This record gives sequence, C-alpha cells and structure tokens, in this order.
Amino acid sequence: MSEQQQAQTEKLAHQLLQRAAPSRTVYEDLIIVPVFAIVAALILGGLVMLATNVSLEAIGKSYVALIYGSVGSLGAWSETLTAATPLVLAGLGVAMGFRAGFFNIGAEGQVLMGGMAAVIAGFSFAGLPIYIHLPLALMAGILVGGFYAGIAGWLRAATGAHEVISTIMLNLISYRLVDYLLKVPFIQKSGRSDPISNAVLDSAQLPRLLDWIDPNLRVHGGLIIMLLAVWFCYWLLFKTTIGFEFRASGENADAARFAGMRSGLIVVLVMALAGALAGLAGANQVLGVLERASPGFSAGIGFNAISVALLGRSHPIGVLIAGLLFGALEAGGRQMQVDAGVSLDLIGIVQSLIIAFIAAPLLVRAVFPWGFRGKAASRKE
Amino acid sequence: MDIELRGITKRFGEVVANSGVNLQIKAGEVLGLLGENGAGKSTMMNVLSGLYRPDEGEIVIDGKPVQFDGPGDGIRAGIGMVHQHFMLVPVFTVAENVVLGVEPTGPFDSLDLKTARKQVREINETYGLEVDPDALIENLPVGIQQRVEIIKVLFREADVLIFDEPTAVLTPQEVTDFFKIVRALKDAGKALVFITHKLHEILEIADRINVLRAGQIVGECLPGEKTDIELAEMMVGRPVNLEVEKKPYAPGEVLLDVKDLTILREDDSLAVDDVSFSVRRNEVVGIAGVQGNGQSALVEALAGVHRVAGGTISFEGKDITRTSARARHKMGFAHIPEDRLKNGVVTNFTIAENMVLNSYYDERYSKGVSMDWNAVNEHAAEYAAAFDVRTPSIFETLNHLSGGNQQKMVVAREMSRDTQLMIAAHPTRGLDVGSIEYIHSRLMHARDEGDAVLIVSSELDEVIALSDRILVMFKGRIVAEFGAGGRPVDKNDIGLAMAGATL
Repeated sequence: MSEQQQAQTEKLAHQLLQRAAPSRTVYEDLIIVPVFAIVAALILGGLVMLATNVSLEAIGKSYVALIYGSVGSLGAWSETLTAATPLVLAGLGVAMGFRAGFFNIGAEGQVLMGGMAAVIAGFSFAGLPIYIHLPLALMAGILVGGFYAGIAGWLRAATGAHEVISTIMLNLISYRLVDYLLKVPFIQKSGRSDPISNAVLDSAQLPRLLDWIDPNLRVHGGLIIMLLAVWFCYWLLFKTTIGFEFRASGENADAARFAGMRSGLIVVLVMALAGALAGLAGANQVLGVLERASPGFSAGIGFNAISVALLGRSHPIGVLIAGLLFGALEAGGRQMQVDAGVSLDLIGIVQSLIIAFIAAPLLVRAVFPWGFRGKAASRKE
Repeated sequence: MDIELRGITKRFGEVVANSGVNLQIKAGEVLGLLGENGAGKSTMMNVLSGLYRPDEGEIVIDGKPVQFDGPGDGIRAGIGMVHQHFMLVPVFTVAENVVLGVEPTGPFDSLDLKTARKQVREINETYGLEVDPDALIENLPVGIQQRVEIIKVLFREADVLIFDEPTAVLTPQEVTDFFKIVRALKDAGKALVFITHKLHEILEIADRINVLRAGQIVGECLPGEKTDIELAEMMVGRPVNLEVEKKPYAPGEVLLDVKDLTILREDDSLAVDDVSFSVRRNEVVGIAGVQGNGQSALVEALAGVHRVAGGTISFEGKDITRTSARARHKMGFAHIPEDRLKNGVVTNFTIAENMVLNSYYDERYSKGVSMDWNAVNEHAAEYAAAFDVRTPSIFETLNHLSGGNQQKMVVAREMSRDTQLMIAAHPTRGLDVGSIEYIHSRLMHARDEGDAVLIVSSELDEVIALSDRILVMFKGRIVAEFGAGGRPVDKNDIGLAMAGATL
C-alpha cells in the first residue's frame, strides 16, 4: 500500500470513529412514548372508575392521592423507594435473561426461595455481629435463588427443556415448598399453629436509612444494594466479555455458537444470575421489610418484575426507572385507597394499561399524533 | 403493455435513492437493469410496483400517466414482481400458494381449489413451466419454487414481470431452464425487467441494457455493443479487473487433512459420506457442487460447529476432530459462513461489536473479563476502512448496511488477524462486482501469504477462477477432482460431474 493510500485509510478510520447524535426517533421512543403511555393509561383508568360508578370528585381526589402518596412527602418517597427496591432487583434478573434470549418466568419462585433462605439464615446464628450476619443472610438468598434458577438453566442446556415451562413448574414447586417449610418446627415460630417463620434477628436486618428523622420511614439499606446491583448489571452487560456473550446469544444464538461461544454455559450462567438477583429481592423483602416469612410473602414481585423488565427495555437504567414507577404506583395506590376509598385493584388496572400502551408504541403514536415528528422505528422481531 | 418512467426522483430523508430516472419498458422485450448493491435498483422497482410514491416524475402506462397509491394498484395495473427471497408458505401446495389472497371461491365462499389447480395447469402449459400444482413447496427445489413465484404473478394477470436478482439462488442448470422460461414469456408478449449485477447473464438474456449507478441511469446500450468489462466499469464507475490475479501455483506442506469423514444431518441422514482430501499451504481448493450435496455440513464440521460421525480431521498433523470452534479459531481457522445473516453476524449489534464477535476474548480487546472498548473501536474502524466497509460510522448497527458491506465486514473480521486456514462458503453470493473483485483479491492475498484456502461455491465461474484444485461433491461424496493431479479443468466436465454424471 502506498503512503498516500495508507494516510487516506487512516483518515477514513478516524472518521468512522465519530458517533452520530441520537436521532429524534430514539428520543421519542425512549421518552415521549412512555410519558404519553402513562397519560393515556391514567385517562383510561379514570374512565374505568367512571364506569364503576365512582364520582368525578372522587376520581380527582384519587389521582391527587396517587401523586401525594408516591412523591408528595418524605414519607411518600420512602414508601415508593421501599416498594421499588425488590421490583428493580428482580426486574434486573428478568432483564438479564431477556438480554441473553431467555424468558425467565420463574422470578416469583426465585424470590420465594431466596427469601426463605435469607429468613432461615437471619434467625439462626444468634450472637453474630451485623457486619457478618447480614451479609451472610443476603448471600444465602443470592445463592439459593441462583441455584433454584440454575436448575432451569441446566435443564435447558442438558436436555433442551424450554425455560418457560421449567420455570413455571419451579414456581409451583416453590409455593408448596414454602408452605411446607413454614410448618417445620425449626422454622415455624414457636407457639404458633399458623404457618409463619421465626423473626429475623436484629443483627441480620437491613438497617433503616432515615429512622433518625422519623422512625416510621421504612426505606432501608436494600436501596443501596439495589443501586449497586443496577451498576453491576450495567457493567456486566456492556463492559465485560460475559455480557458480550449474553447479548450476542440473545440477539442471534446461531451466530454466537459459530463465533465459538459456549451456549450451554451461557444458559446456566445467565439463569443463575437471574435467580441470584431475584433471590436478593426476596432477601431484601424479609430482611428489610417483613422481618419474617409467611405464605405468599413474595406478593407477586416476581411477576411484576417481568413487566418492569419489559418496560425498562431490559436495560439496567430502564429497569431502575420502571421499577421506581411501579413502586410509586404501589405506594400511591395505597394512599388512593385510604383518601378516596378507591379499590387497590384499580391501581392494578392502571399499571396494566401503562404496560399495554408502552408495549404498543404505534398505538400511542396513533392516539397522540401531534407529539411525534420522527418516523416510527420499524421493529424487526 | 409499455411503461415509461419519466424523471423519477425518490428521496429518503436526505438520501437521494433515485434522481431523475428515465426508463422504458416495452412489451415483448427483456430490459436488463444493471447496478451495484445500493445503486437504487430496488427503490426504482418499488416505485414501479406502487410500494413507494415518487417525490418527482411520473409513471406512464401506454401513453397515460398513472398514480399508484399502494402495491395493490401496481398489481391491478398488471405489474408483477418476482422477489429475490421467495414469499411462499412451505406447508401449502403450489396451487394453494398461487391463489393465496385471490382465491377462487365456490358457493358459500368455500375455497375452490379445483379451479385453482386447473388455472395453474393452464399457465404451466402456456409457458412450459412444468410445475405439479399439488406438490408441497417445502419438497420443491429452489428453481421450481421460483417458477411458482412466476406462476403467482402470471395468475394475477401481470403483463410486466420484474425479476429481482432471479439467478442468485439457482444452479447453472436451473439458470439455463430459467432463461428458457424468460424467452417463452417474452415471446408471449410480456414486458420483462431483469435486475442483476451478473454481467454474462445480462449479455445473454437482455434485449436492451440500462446501467444504474448512484441513483442515476449512467448508460444505455444493446448487448452487442459493449463487452462485460465495459459494462462492469460503467456500473462501478472506475476501471475494474475481472481476472483474478494470483501468483503461480506453488503448494507448500499439507495443513488440513481430512480422512474418511462422515457427517450426519439432524435427521440422521447422511450429509457427508466417507470424504477424504487435503489442503496445502499456498493452495486454494474449491469445492464445486449443486447446493444440498453436503458442502454445508462439511464446512460446518471443519469449522467445529457440526458434529462428526466418523473419520478424522487433522490440522498441522494434529487430530482436531473433537476440538471446539473456539480452539480452532485460536489455531488460525477463519470461517466465512454460508448464511451470513443467520450464522455470521448479529444484525442488531454495531459494526464494532460484530468486528470482534469471535475474538472479543483476545487480549487485544479485553483484560480478564473487562472489555477494552476503545481498543475494539479503534481496530474496528481500522479494519472497516482497510476492507472498504462503507458506513458512516462503526457505531451503526449492521442491519443498516447493504448485503455487500455486511459480507465485507465478515471478511474483514476473519482476515484481520494471523490466519492459517481460510474456509469460505459462498463468499460472494449476492454481492456486486466491486465487492466480488475485492473479496477475491483478499482471498488470493491470503493464499499468497501462505494460508490454505478452502472455497465452497455453487458459482462454477467463481470456483474455476479462484481454485488451484477443484473437488466436485455429489450426494455427500467427492466424485471428481480437477486441476493439479486430477483431470484438466473444463467447465463442461465439472458441470456434468456436479449433476452426478460419471466421467
């Protein structure tokens, strides 16, 4: 190659390193669509209330309560963050699975198993200092959750069993397993005949962060763990070779195999990671909020986590934002019930409507045509 | 029916895909439309078929200006497209596919397949297509599937047929048959448009040739007036070299040695049956054969992504039959896969990410588990520039690139390191002259640098131009060898061997 050609190639290479500014379409997709989706869902939710004979006044009151109860005071913020923490953690787990091409429906079971393990570790080992006991209990949740999900991963890798079926099956097993464990004498709270576990010892509880302002503020150390997990998932996905393998397998499993990636290992790894995060969500609940385990203590976190992951486009930052939104709806929903006497189920409807609208960006664009100038991104899926 | 395009301009945002294009399509004539990938051929045909509305200019049919508001209008006006990628339902019969969307119906809106079959037979007889209306699509070879697409268009009473790269997926024999059909259609008074970048085909079949470059018609001629070189230069806009330049054949030591290799398909049928051959350094071995005779399985087994049922593969004298794809990659195997979209690239990844898809773990690109994206980006930009991958930025996702540029990206990735063995399956399928020339010269460069090169292609001209030795595969076996110690290279003989004739 001549010197001139060499110089030209180098110049071209330099040009190729320029990044294009994000297009208007990207901006609309990531910001305007979700905002309009929320507005549309709130309007439609209002119509649903009207249809169920709620007066206009009560509807207005309930939406004020929704805002007040989620972000209107320090206490509201505390409740929002407390509700968001497990959703983000479990949502991250589901999102990691999505990124690698696995539809992990089993977060609910993983939350339960991780939570049980954390409770058991939390009420055992009396006398340990908090800086050993708390990490130990958290680690129990992570490991058991990871192991439980790893079973589905291993089944997929070794036998080809589809993860949707195996994780649903593992969910069902976990419900009954928790029921059984709560009746085991060593776990069941002494003197009680109903299934409820021993209380977690003080040395294994996630410390409350704001109780020096007001002892009723429930936000706890799990928030910090959650933020660390968001950062960790972001780092893992986008800055490491493992994340590169996850994403490549998720986008095109054949190409990943041809590129020499070991698909079996990736399946087990990503499922174990998803389970670890869901298990951590369970541990977070029992060590930070509930202080004990009772039947169904997961309260649907694992299923809402799927919505959170979808809403957050399987991106760690997106999951964080979606989890906060869901947490706000949950906290505000409780206030709605108290102030306006509107059923909590309605919040469920609004949540579902938001997801439905965000999942159908073309619908949102059709309903609010004046909000969009960019061309709809064509989706190839 | 005659159609005229007058001053058609089509823009996509700031990109001008067609600029002031004039084109005449006449009944009883084959118009050859020649152009590189991205020259604007497809846009123009989509304007003609009503899929896109032109920003300027008009379409005139038999002297009357018309306006199309959707693809339905194009079909009603008698314009039919035969796409490069067939749009057929594999589990339906030929007749069912043909009538899909315009089904003849009996009483109570019931499907009248009897009439459909009869109509398919009539079209068959008129144009000599010889397609069984009751055969399932999935059981038909590609060449016959293409005829089904043609029947579909004729069934909708098209007078103008547009063929988009019709021979890209056909074997040499199928191309001959296809040309017969084209001539029959022409004799029946149909107007035909033949879009391609294959020079010898356009010279053979077209009555008139238009050359499109960068959205504009840059030349119009009759087939006798220009040579293939002149056409190629018109098409790419610079001098081209259609001959492959290579150093004299001087093979080195045996690098890859395959003995008694047997490979099964997923359904346990025999894909490769007891095959033995070797490839030396500084040597190009070409494997010719009609698609589906075991070449794909052979290439995949050599690359380490397909299980071997029996026999051995050795590399530099070591048995590597059971080693992983990753281990082989580290030994210096490079693999350009047959189906690049399915196996070679991740279309939603950026060019930079695709460029390191199989070498991301290398210490050049990562330390431990931590990716060094700056290093990745710099290398990717360097290789994209050196291998002429045309893109505004390496942060574009790959699905924004044309097929030729995607393939060049794959070639860049596979050649951007110290390779020993180059395995290239259909390295230039669907590519334009400029890209083909470039990829051929890169493959030859690898050979002259001391690599062993194995090329699999169904394009006989390509195999002959590149290879030092040619092996012909038929039904999973190597049935003939040409060049070097084998028979003298003769295109006709190779074609016969590919068809299974014993020489």
